[in-house]
Amino acid sequence: MKFEIFVTLKKDVLDPQGKAVEGAIKNLGLSTISNIRQGKYFTLEVAETDEHKAKQQAEEACKKLLANLTIEEYSIKKLS
Amino acid sequence: MEQTTVDQAKQLGLTESEFDKIKELIGRIPNFTELGIFSAMWNEHCSYKSSRVWLSKLPTKNKYVVQGPGENAGVIDIGDDDVAIFKIESHNHPSYIEPYQGAATGVGGILRDVFTMGARPIANLNSIRFGKPEHPKTKHLLNGVVSGIAGYGNCMGIPTVGGEVEFDECYDGNILVNAMNIGLAKKNKVFLSIASGVGNPVIYVGSKTGRDGIHGASMASQEFDDNSEAKKPTVQVGDPFAEKLLLEACLELMKTDTIISIQDMGAAGLTSSSVEMASKGKLGIEIDLNKVPCRETEMQPFELMLSESQERMLIVLKEGKEKEAEKIFKKWDLDFSVIGKMTNSKNLVLHFNKEVVCDIPISSLADEAPKYNREWISTPLPEEINIDKKLNDLDIKDCLIKLLTHPNQSNKSWVWEQYDHMVMGDTIQKPGGDAAVVRVHGTNKAIAATVDCTPRYCFAHPHTGGMQAVCETYRNLSAVGAEPRAITNCLNFGNPEKKEIMGQFVEVIKGMSEACLALDYPVISGNVSLYNETNGIGIKPTPTIGGVGLIQDSNKSTTISIKATGNLLLIIGETKGHIHQSALCYDILHIKKGPPPTINLAEEKKNSLFVRNLINKKIAQSVHDISDGGIALTIAEMCMSGKIGANITTNLIDAERIKFLFGEDQARYVVEVRSADYDNVVKLAKEQEVSLLQIGSTKAENLTIDDMKITVEDMLTLNNKWFHNYNSN
Amino acid sequence: MKASVIVFPGSNCDRDIQVALEKFQIATTMVWHQETELPKSDLVVLPGGFSYGDYLRCGSMASKSKIMKEVIQYAGTGGYVFGICNGFQILTEAGLLPGALLRNNKLKFICKDVQIKTINNQTAFTKKLSEHKILTVPIAHNDGNFFASKEEIQSLKDNNQIVFQYCDKEGNISGESNPNGSFLNIAGIVNKNKNVLGMMPHPERVIDQLLGGTDGQEIFRSLL
Repeated sequence: MKFEIFVTLKKDVLDPQGKAVEGAIKNLGLSTISNIRQGKYFTLEVAETDEHKAKQQAEEACKKLLANLTIEEYSIKKLS
Repeated sequence: MEQTTVDQAKQLGLTESEFDKIKELIGRIPNFTELGIFSAMWNEHCSYKSSRVWLSKLPTKNKYVVQGPGENAGVIDIGDDDVAIFKIESHNHPSYIEPYQGAATGVGGILRDVFTMGARPIANLNSIRFGKPEHPKTKHLLNGVVSGIAGYGNCMGIPTVGGEVEFDECYDGNILVNAMNIGLAKKNKVFLSIASGVGNPVIYVGSKTGRDGIHGASMASQEFDDNSEAKKPTVQVGDPFAEKLLLEACLELMKTDTIISIQDMGAAGLTSSSVEMASKGKLGIEIDLNKVPCRETEMQPFELMLSESQERMLIVLKEGKEKEAEKIFKKWDLDFSVIGKMTNSKNLVLHFNKEVVCDIPISSLADEAPKYNREWISTPLPEEINIDKKLNDLDIKDCLIKLLTHPNQSNKSWVWEQYDHMVMGDTIQKPGGDAAVVRVHGTNKAIAATVDCTPRYCFAHPHTGGMQAVCETYRNLSAVGAEPRAITNCLNFGNPEKKEIMGQFVEVIKGMSEACLALDYPVISGNVSLYNETNGIGIKPTPTIGGVGLIQDSNKSTTISIKATGNLLLIIGETKGHIHQSALCYDILHIKKGPPPTINLAEEKKNSLFVRNLINKKIAQSVHDISDGGIALTIAEMCMSGKIGANITTNLIDAERIKFLFGEDQARYVVEVRSADYDNVVKLAKEQEVSLLQIGSTKAENLTIDDMKITVEDMLTLNNKWFHNYNSN
Repeated sequence: MKASVIVFPGSNCDRDIQVALEKFQIATTMVWHQETELPKSDLVVLPGGFSYGDYLRCGSMASKSKIMKEVIQYAGTGGYVFGICNGFQILTEAGLLPGALLRNNKLKFICKDVQIKTINNQTAFTKKLSEHKILTVPIAHNDGNFFASKEEIQSLKDNNQIVFQYCDKEGNISGESNPNGSFLNIAGIVNKNKNVLGMMPHPERVIDQLLGGTDGQEIFRSLL
């Protein structure tokens, strides 16, 4: 079973990269764009047919490694 | 306005009697914002309430000191109207919770302390201590902290030139991350935090304020328990890019005639910066919190005042200079906002949504903060124990190999190769020697710097340990040919409410004071980190000392590398064979009893001067101070660094030989001289009553000690492997 | 001879390269990234550092700054452009050099002396170097792992565009002497016209024996 995972900084946490990218975007003249936040994108496959169990595995991967829960949050979406 | 309760005060880390004192000082019950401000200003981190009584006993002056403790950093004269500005500070608790960001913001904080004073930072150093390597968290913490230091310092373009790394189980639950920075300025261009001039505008510059690290300063003053992980959201995220812009913008502003005073927003953010500036200037300050640039919506006064968002500064400008200053900060894409003004009310007055949300006397926050003379008990000098039987059975080669491969004595290049130690183009001695040497840009003089502490000595006998930490930096500076000028200290201890811990603190201070006085080597800045305890187990007393010295002529400095074969190796200073508390006993034999080596301050001074003279006259080819691992490890390190061998003869056997080779008597150096200079050196030593012993000579390929032989190549392989192996799986 | 050093927000080897250029009597002007006109120059240098904090991709945002339009035009007319470290990254992001610089294969920042072998000593930047000259020059980067497509690599080889390769002290170019995983141990390349050089090692850090070496001097002498 395949999942996609987005890991982003929590809303309240400073995102230095997003901030700098936003500045550069504005310098390019794209003045209508704002609130840029940068994150990470993963796809992964779980060898498991039960969707609930598979998602649990993906959750565990997020909690244990993919996301640093001190500063980041994640979302998981089933692809196939 | 809502009133607060004693329970709320307790939640914020204040005691009941402190809450009573607040009510008495302001003559009413504080509101929530005010209580938050009191809790931040009165906690250990900002008020030094447990340590102030004792810190005041440290010597803080000599003829070079331009500014001692009390400012963002200390300042010393280095001649030609140049000054060096430096400080060390802890970021222990945040680094344990989020090692990368904790260490990174630790570096960011100390950099701001230095450039706030008008200096361009030129060198970073750090002292980092972790639990035992086998502890499940150690590898993660080591990697996070090292990357965090690298991430911030490298991006800023300031070289990280030196430091120390140590593992000991006492740091299992409380790692230490102490960051030091040195900057350079012109003597008449030093900026202080003393505000003046009623009506002068108060400016906020840098990054926006978010909910980062709210109550980080209180967190740093509480013991850990198993729930500490849950406190994670208070850790700040560092933005070195924003700090680089802030650095350049501040230095640009400082060239104009616009600034009255400037203060970085560190622990307790806007609260401590505004209170400190007003307090020092004996003025009041008024701030409109609606003018604080915010990153998030609906931030409350309490949050705005206590946020520890990084990369921010508070500046008092001369009236009418706002436009000039704003232009500079806009050029660097930084926020700039006039948020208030200095007043003659002597109060901190905060406005928010057209209401006064805080009105309290500045003096109640600063001068009237609690000061505790905590009870303490002395740690007696441990008695010597006879371990000769154990020592008799030891094999020199085996001892040497165990030391070379021990994590604490292993080559640390895995760590410092992650730090850009050459950027700015003035690094003369990179990490790995006794002290880092960085040229003063555009001149022929150089600054030498080192950070040191031997916690096992401090634990065995705090008074001796305090002296030793100071002396060790003095020796390391001397070993590169620098004249030691002043120190900064970072005092890391357990819970001061325990008598024995408070006793460690008191006696370390006493020891440091004696050493500073005798060596004319005062403390000019520093920081105290208490409550380094988890589940009631405290760290060993760890007074990290950062020493700074001056080299008048950059060409007259030396390294630990043996330079040529056929030279003589001399031991300067007397060897008695003090083996207790040595690295060999402690880390290899696990014998942890007995007294640390005795300190003789007169010898320290005399021997240092002797060695510096040899370097100055270019007689000393290489110099290494003798510390962990004694003569044997010291010479092994000199061989490895120079890739040249040595031939050592002891004329001793059994336990006496082990003590001679691995003992850690103080005030000693190994010096390499040409044989042609030998007679002259002996004559000089006699004249100056310095103990000198010729112990061997340099030669190709092998280190031999009596009948033991090991190749330099093998030693290098052994010494280099630990960090790589540890971190490769 | 006149050089312009472009200063981006986050550049931090700008002073170092200025010191180096001036040591060789090259008059140096610092040019802020927001400028829209390049001073008359015989050489443009993009210095090392962390432009825009290395955020997004190293060099990506700097490559879009106002002054870069001028630099690209200048290079197009045959002007000499020299990018060191972050400057090399900016040159690839700006399309003045092929390929890209990826994260080091060991995922750590590396600051240490390495050896590089001179592969092409016929360029304006290397003409004073002897054939196959081995230089000891420090690297200090997180993203120096050179990558290019098969076609681009072929073209680099065909046109003799590879200028420096990482090697050991004897000059052997091998996996062991590759500090960051760069394809073919590539440490520096030029464009087809040989007027734009990008290299990861820092020659400006080895121009003074007191600071650890002088192997960078010959590169600066070549520029004169």
